[in-house]
Amino acid sequence: MVQMTMIEAIRSAMDVTMERDENVVVFGEDVGYFGGVFRCTAGLQKKYGASRVFDSPINESGIVGAGIGMAVYGLRPCIEVQFADYIYPAYDQIVSEAARIRYRSAGDFTAPITIRSPVGGGIFGGQTHSQSPEALFTHVSGLKTVVPSTPYDAKGLLIASIEDDDPVVFFEHKRLYNGPFDGHHERPAQNWTTHPLGNVPEGHYTLPIGKAAIRREGSAATIVTYGTMCFVAEAAVQETGIDAEIIDLRTLLPLDIETIAQSVTKTGRCMVLHEATLTSGFGAEIAAQVQENCFYSLEAPILRVTGWDTPYPHAQEWDYFPGPARVGRELKELTEAM
Amino acid sequence: MAPRKSAASAGRRAGASKSAKSRSGKSAKPAIGTEIAEFDKEQELGVYREMLLIRRFEEKAGQLYGMGFIGGFCHLYIGQEAVITGIQHAMRDGDQLITGYRDHGHMLAAGMTARGVMAELTGRQSGYSRGKGGSMHMFSFEKNFFGGHGIVGAQVPLGTGLAFANRYRDNGNVSIAFYGDGASNQGQVYESFNMAELWELPVVYVVENNRYAMGTAVSRASAQTDFSQRGVSFNIPGYQVDGMDVRAVFAAAEAALEHARSGNGPIILEMLTYRYRGHSMSDPAKYRSKDEVQKMRSEHDPIEQVKVRLLEKGWASEDELKAIDKSVRDIVADSAEFAQTDPEPDPSELYTDILA
Ligand SMILES: Cc1ncc(C[n+]2csc(CCOP(=O)(O)OP(=O)(O)O)c2C)c(N)n1
Ligand SMILES: [Mg+2]
Repeated sequence: MVQMTMIEAIRSAMDVTMERDENVVVFGEDVGYFGGVFRCTAGLQKKYGASRVFDSPINESGIVGAGIGMAVYGLRPCIEVQFADYIYPAYDQIVSEAARIRYRSAGDFTAPITIRSPVGGGIFGGQTHSQSPEALFTHVSGLKTVVPSTPYDAKGLLIASIEDDDPVVFFEHKRLYNGPFDGHHERPAQNWTTHPLGNVPEGHYTLPIGKAAIRREGSAATIVTYGTMCFVAEAAVQETGIDAEIIDLRTLLPLDIETIAQSVTKTGRCMVLHEATLTSGFGAEIAAQVQENCFYSLEAPILRVTGWDTPYPHAQEWDYFPGPARVGRELKELTEAM
Repeated sequence: MAPRKSAASAGRRAGASKSAKSRSGKSAKPAIGTEIAEFDKEQELGVYREMLLIRRFEEKAGQLYGMGFIGGFCHLYIGQEAVITGIQHAMRDGDQLITGYRDHGHMLAAGMTARGVMAELTGRQSGYSRGKGGSMHMFSFEKNFFGGHGIVGAQVPLGTGLAFANRYRDNGNVSIAFYGDGASNQGQVYESFNMAELWELPVVYVVENNRYAMGTAVSRASAQTDFSQRGVSFNIPGYQVDGMDVRAVFAAAEAALEHARSGNGPIILEMLTYRYRGHSMSDPAKYRSKDEVQKMRSEHDPIEQVKVRLLEKGWASEDELKAIDKSVRDIVADSAEFAQTDPEPDPSELYTDILA
């Protein structure tokens, strides 16, 4: 085991899979020579050569589309869309081709492509470097959507994604690349290299796609969340002293409703927390499934705490971002509600 | 001197078949891109001042970024000033501008205020988008400036639509759509080319080839690196232009605007230019050599070229040029002061302008 940042863990996952399987190729904008804007692919071109790790032009539709073609014929492309905000030109390819080819070929063909992309705000990036579009993908049958929150999970889940026979959209919270950012932007976050969850095996291992983790056990309420918000939730729990259980989904689709339902049945109260906007967000799906599974255990209405229903703003970013203060206030209300 | 090709070879024309069949019956002026306009004293002093304003503004924006007043993404136009300045001088009232995210220079050239642009960079309420857009997203209805677009290539179809509206209204205006060498590989650029030629739209596509798209050199991402030729299969003529010489840009822009305005359909100008700074403020630009940058700065600087001519012709003294610099610096300093003291928008502002 060695200490790794999330960036290093992600790089290590690609490294390990490339080493084991020559069908794995890695490409995207600035990915080869430059090593990626967040450095996730740094050094890989040197190690594996430009035929396996390479730059693409700026054309997301073409990148993903060509990746699907490669995947259909047995390669395992792991491609990077530089920011999730730029994934929309590729949306048609992801939805109409990657997600559907297994079904419409009755299983003759599959598209084992992994699409990595950084999501989330908190870097003053405005509307084109901050979005959390996961719900646009969880709405699509035939896709898996993975959202890790720690280096250990990121590596195990990325290897599992690359090795998976179906298309995976793999969202990386950019505020978690270097440390467990908890929403306290006024102070530096701890670095992963000093954090227990930054302790990562050097070699090959996988984590099951579709399995949530309980980050903190508690009895007063259940907070169902993922990505950066796992750490915001921890901060809110610490600051309010409310003994909430925190579930890190890690995978949105397939959803681990079992773990969620068990917890909510125990606590009787549920907050769904994400950075993405509220209306038709993934929280709505979680709330619906909790209601279906735990109706008779619920002591209060399910509460959603999310980004506002606005485009991601340039100014007043921290008003938009559901930070620990807002989450703490809402948690109090949830636990006091009769 | 053109940075990549000599001026003589730069005037090559794309879509040769088109030159014979120019729709209005008269063929477009030959050799666009080879001509260097003659500027009189007033013009030289004008472009000198305007380019200097962009440069000083960008330098100040870089400083404010370093001091933490501007955050996030900020792309400077330093080195490319001659492109927008030469084109702006060839435009007529009513012509529209639309560009990507490296947009501060275009806005200043369009006549938008330094205060309004700088205050948007710092995310303040008096910024052009009241703090909601940031560096990459500003607009001015009054100045016919249609943004400021952060998504690479997305402005090109919009510019094509502006041209459609011009033609629909028969208003004689031309839309000018800017994009980068990197953006040239987005599919929607070619969808635009096809529509523009098919519908004979009055649009000038200006590709600012500054040799890099972030950390990726043109040759790493483009099969055809002569971007003026990218319209060939749509029969759209295209020309390479020395984008470091404001007079060459002006001459080419005049000819291209005339071409589009007189019903000949779209035209492409590839501006051979160079950005001195990193892609954005967080880019240490390790993918190119210091020598390369230094060579461009010392041998092709667009502002220096004008300065040398002004002095040689005796149209301005060193002191007069210093006075121009001082007045430009004053405008910029004022905008920076304003952008630091203007209040942030009220959080309630975030909920406005989402729908009518
Ligand atoms: C659709 C999309 N993909 C990727 C990006 C990220 N990105 C921003 S600028 C840029 C490079 C563009 O280069 P070029 O078109 O040459 O313009 P320049 O920056 O040189 O002015 C990239 C890849 C983006 N903003 N939008
Ligand atoms: Mg470029």
